[in-house]
Amino acid sequence: MSFEFPLLSLIIWLPIMFGIAVFATGNDNNAQLARWIALVGSILGFLVAIPLCSNFDATTGAMQFVENHVWFERFNVNYHLGVDGISMPLILLNCLITPLVVVAGWEVIKERVSQYMGAFLVMSGIVNGVFTSLDAILFYVFWEASLIPMFLIIGIWGGANRVYAAIKFFLYTLLGSLLMLIAFIYLYQASEGSFSIEDYHKLAIPLTPQIFIFIAFLLAFAVKVPMWPVHTWLPDAHVEAPTGGSVVLAAILLKLGGYGFLRFSLPIVPDASLYLADMMIVLSLIAVVYISLIALMQADMKKLIAYSSVAHMGFVTLGFFLLNAYGIEGAMVQMISHGFISGAMFLCVGILYDRLHSRQIADYGGVVNKMPIFAAFFMLFAMANAGLPGTSGFVGEFMVIMSAIKANFWYAFLAATTLIFGAAYTLWMYKRVIFGAIASPGVESLQDISKREFALLTILAISVLWIGVHPYPLTEIMHTTVDQLLTHVSNSKL
Amino acid sequence: MNFIPPDFAPASSEIFMLIMVCVVMLADLTAGDNRRYVAYLLTQVTLLGCAVLTFVSFSTEVKQTFYGMYVDDAMADILKLMVYGTVSAVLVYSHSYISDRGLLKGEFFSLALFATLGMMVMISASHFLTLYIGLELLSLSLYALVALRRDSIVATEAAMKFFVLGALASGFLLYGMSMVYGATGTLHVSQLTQIIQSEASSKEVLVVGLVFIVAGISFKLSAAPFHMWAPDVYQGAPTAITLFIGSAPKFAAFGFVMRLLIEGLGEMVSDWQGMLVILAVLSMAVGNIAAIAQANIKRMLAYSTISHMGFLLLGFIGADSNGYSSALFYVIAYVLMTLGIFAMIMLLCRSGFEAENINDFKGLSKRNSWYAFVTLLLMLSLAGIPPMIGFYAKFSVLQAVVNAGYIWLAVAAVLFSLIGAFYYLRIIKLMYFDEPESIEALTPNSDVKILLSANGFALLALGIFPQALMSLSLYAIQNSM
Repeated sequence: MSFEFPLLSLIIWLPIMFGIAVFATGNDNNAQLARWIALVGSILGFLVAIPLCSNFDATTGAMQFVENHVWFERFNVNYHLGVDGISMPLILLNCLITPLVVVAGWEVIKERVSQYMGAFLVMSGIVNGVFTSLDAILFYVFWEASLIPMFLIIGIWGGANRVYAAIKFFLYTLLGSLLMLIAFIYLYQASEGSFSIEDYHKLAIPLTPQIFIFIAFLLAFAVKVPMWPVHTWLPDAHVEAPTGGSVVLAAILLKLGGYGFLRFSLPIVPDASLYLADMMIVLSLIAVVYISLIALMQADMKKLIAYSSVAHMGFVTLGFFLLNAYGIEGAMVQMISHGFISGAMFLCVGILYDRLHSRQIADYGGVVNKMPIFAAFFMLFAMANAGLPGTSGFVGEFMVIMSAIKANFWYAFLAATTLIFGAAYTLWMYKRVIFGAIASPGVESLQDISKREFALLTILAISVLWIGVHPYPLTEIMHTTVDQLLTHVSNSKL
Repeated sequence: MNFIPPDFAPASSEIFMLIMVCVVMLADLTAGDNRRYVAYLLTQVTLLGCAVLTFVSFSTEVKQTFYGMYVDDAMADILKLMVYGTVSAVLVYSHSYISDRGLLKGEFFSLALFATLGMMVMISASHFLTLYIGLELLSLSLYALVALRRDSIVATEAAMKFFVLGALASGFLLYGMSMVYGATGTLHVSQLTQIIQSEASSKEVLVVGLVFIVAGISFKLSAAPFHMWAPDVYQGAPTAITLFIGSAPKFAAFGFVMRLLIEGLGEMVSDWQGMLVILAVLSMAVGNIAAIAQANIKRMLAYSTISHMGFLLLGFIGADSNGYSSALFYVIAYVLMTLGIFAMIMLLCRSGFEAENINDFKGLSKRNSWYAFVTLLLMLSLAGIPPMIGFYAKFSVLQAVVNAGYIWLAVAAVLFSLIGAFYYLRIIKLMYFDEPESIEALTPNSDVKILLSANGFALLALGIFPQALMSLSLYAIQNSM
């Protein structure tokens, strides 16, 4: 279907423009103004996503809202945008999380407010750009540009070891993406001068180059997801990042990697994907089992959630490389659900951290006595993180396990251990932090959550429960596209 | 015998420049100490005048004169226009720096103009001797510029090193040229191709000559393993002079390589391609790895230059108009970035204080968030992160290399640029994540303020709209002789 108004450009550039306006408010004398502009910008960004969603046609797997203009002819690079059932839910997630992050930093961030808020808005626009790009170079530009604001967010507002974490984050992700760039240039030669992703989908490539391209893509995406063994930047980055940074990192940036697998690896090099699927499944299962065990041992709440993110994202890659409809849709649901749950978990830890300035589990205990409302919310999100039926965490994991059992009993068996380990590390942490006797004078002085925090957690709680009880609208959006993707993958391109 | 006077029109801007250098010298002699701005203004007017002359005579036609020793084509005109613009920006940036340090003398301007004339001759030469004369005019002026602060031991040492090694490189080059002359019997760039094609010349002698020529070129480009002079000279020279050495001469060097290797010895592409591969890999490795260890910002940028020259060579390895145009694009991007970063260093200097240590960037975002932002753009561009122009420069040379079938070279290049990203990020870290050591406000003149902001913004704007500059580069290459 055609839609004249350039909605996709709007959804990219509107937050970026507002971000620049926020930067322009200058120093902290105008902090309040910066906050309000940021809030208006992020809410407008979300409002733009509504017509996008309501006009989206879920019965076709083709690209919609397409915009295609020449960007630079010299290398035949186009400003080519479009969405399908894979990118649509991720764009919605991004547009929803951004206002929440702005609100979450409202009172907590007191220094360089304009730069903080501006960076999040610019990031939001850039991430939308990644999800909508249909030109490899345009994609790459957005992909790399997303590193810059996050680098600054971690480095400026982060914790004690922030410089190490910021540089590690940047260099790790840069390593992967530079090799992806070489793969794009190779594909440009192979396709005789095209950077269009849709052209690459049709391009026939022999198996050996396919495997090299797959590995180049894998490095870029595996670092972002992150998959074991290239996950080590994530706990550092999460622990040092400010709350808003952790939320965006977990909820949105990790999804870029997952998205990359679906948009690039599977359709462009299907034979290599099939060839290496077992390796990918093994890596994913290691992430699920081994990282869950590591999470169990963490004394720092943020680190624990960071490791649980790696384990949950292991489910996503597992679902992708089972290469059937249940697996991929389950993985997609898992990505969206993980966006909400991990975001909420990081917000909860952030709420505690703002009050006592500690992330150590040992410093807490008996919080329920002083913060009952908070404890209730935290309970819900902890349950969702453990994959309790009725929450969004269950849907994705269940679908992936269902699909794994069709492939191989032992895949499913190992994947299902997460239901036990996940419950163990999440609920054990919950018990130590929330229940028991009041552990310290600090806990004694705790105040329950403010209206602002209540509103934030309510929105996230509704999302988590809604997807948990009624996931149909979400799977409906992606269903046709996923089917089409699978048909495409099953045809050899050799 | 009939003497036909040569057509002077294609060399009009060079002739104008020569006359004006003399005018600047005389004017400065009579103007006296408190009217130094006369020389400054005259210099700027000279550059403007040259630009007008070059622009007016611009055509796609290739015009040869002085019996084939001199050529005026689109590439020459475009490169010269870039040189004028760069030199003019260098003068604006360095004006207050050199006047604070008592270097604002007529010699500075006349030497700078002589160096510019040398670059113009290099760009337009189509004969080995003309090429050599241009190169020497440039080099000798640069040696003198480095030694301009004669009471500084560091600067004098740098000048000595620069001179001795530079003279050695010139010797290499001349020796290589003489070998080629011995094998082919001509010094005319345009005749070489035919003679080599006809296989009337001895291949062995040619290759030996080529080795010396490539070594000489590498010296001038500061490509490893002939890079030793660069860190010392960059560090020792007054920052304004370092800026001069690091910027405009790169255009001349590009023109020099084009005339000598591609137009002259293009037939031997399979021979020099392999040599350039080695030079490129070494430069990227040495430059990027050694830069990490530097605490002196000028030294760090010298190593960064070495690595960028390695990237530039990748474009030549592409060995077609696609590759050469990407190399030209790289040079333009590189010069823009160099101008900006050295201007920033001079901005941090005060009279009596040299900003030399990377720690002088500490906490810049708290001292002045705008200049910190400009430096952020510069650093990201140097590291090749999109959407800055540095990315497109890297992208286009990588594309040229892959196109030529050297995928492993492209992979090596990106791995080295990953290492390089670290030390650029370190500057960003110092500016944004650390506390300032000094809280003194930065007070640039308004011309520097405007130009520097425009310079930083250009990196972003040209990155978002790279088409014009890319087409210009391609146009220049396609319309050269």
